[in-house]
Amino acid sequence: MDEQEFLEYVQAGGQVEAGDWMPDEYRARLVKFVEMHANSELMGVLPEREWILRAPTLQRKLALTAKVQDEVGHAQLLYRVVEDLGKPRESSFDDLLSGKAKFHNVFHYATASWGDVGVIAWLVDAAAIVSQKALLKSSYAPYARIMKKICWEESFHILHGRDVVLAMVTGTDGQRELVQDAVNRWWPPLMQFHGNPIPRDEDPMYVWRIKSQGNEEARQQFLDGYVPQVRELGLELPDPKLRRRDDGVWEYTEPDWDELRHVVTGHGPMSEQRLDLRRLARANSAWATQLLLAEAA
Amino acid sequence: MTVFEVFRQERKGQAFQHAGSIPAPDAAFAEAWAREQYGRRGESVALWLVPREAIHEVEDFPDEFDLKYRRVDGYSIKSRLKEARERAGTPAPGDR
Repeated sequence: MDEQEFLEYVQAGGQVEAGDWMPDEYRARLVKFVEMHANSELMGVLPEREWILRAPTLQRKLALTAKVQDEVGHAQLLYRVVEDLGKPRESSFDDLLSGKAKFHNVFHYATASWGDVGVIAWLVDAAAIVSQKALLKSSYAPYARIMKKICWEESFHILHGRDVVLAMVTGTDGQRELVQDAVNRWWPPLMQFHGNPIPRDEDPMYVWRIKSQGNEEARQQFLDGYVPQVRELGLELPDPKLRRRDDGVWEYTEPDWDELRHVVTGHGPMSEQRLDLRRLARANSAWATQLLLAEAA
Repeated sequence: MTVFEVFRQERKGQAFQHAGSIPAPDAAFAEAWAREQYGRRGESVALWLVPREAIHEVEDFPDEFDLKYRRVDGYSIKSRLKEARERAGTPAPGDR
């Protein structure tokens, strides 16, 4: 099989296993894509972790802790896929902590209140599950397979987030305001989340069928699924242009793509602090890694 | 570190399916981790942990002699059945 035949194979829906021959470009793009996914799961727990100690009830504390465990578990599954493609986990950590590798924009922002915890678990996870469901059809079979477990667990998180939001919007005016305030702040990053609307045939990740849908398709699917759910709670979305046309297409104010680029290259409001915390965690747990490696040797 | 491949059984009586892999210094560590990763929500009733090196993989199935009689596509019943019915003078089930 040559590169052209491989391309035709994946474009016709063919799937590739770890031991199969693959073009260097495919392998490189795959590593970059799955690694960013893994980094996002790992970094994504940090904004939520900040709220474990401040959760309003024991039940919420346990649920949030379980969500954090799920996300770290997802990172582990994803780093395993990257490792089997030839990049050791320690190198992935090095690149994450040095700023060479990226993680998703939404995990570079601060969390202001418990309302943010609900909005993140509900809407950020909803945006993520739209992308992740499309990855069930990835041309790279080991990636597609682990996505089943990931999507299953993400659906718990959406439930948990929605429950937190519902408790608050049926609570006091103050609680309701906290949710509205969180929605106002999270909406712009959510609109940037699926990336700029380049045609899918110009997106190398789609061309190689590492992902199975274009950025704009994902955003439209997210809007279609969740805008009505937000609005039915009497919450407002901070975009006066947001509306569903008669042909079913959502119109919206152009997201700030410069901000997206700026944030994912490590210049977000919390980028450096979160990476520092990860650096600290790695340093503090180095002894355990050393011990295990020594035991294994 | 040994890479352990994890297979999980969802319900009694079902086939074990490959679920993922876990790097661990020994089987005890792999077990503790696999219980967390694949069993904490009651999604498995049993797990198999197998060191990756122990798996003997086979993935080529050449058929040099074209042994069609071993496969379902090796038999073309349709035209023969038609001929047999014509000889016997019996109608096809749909025409009855």
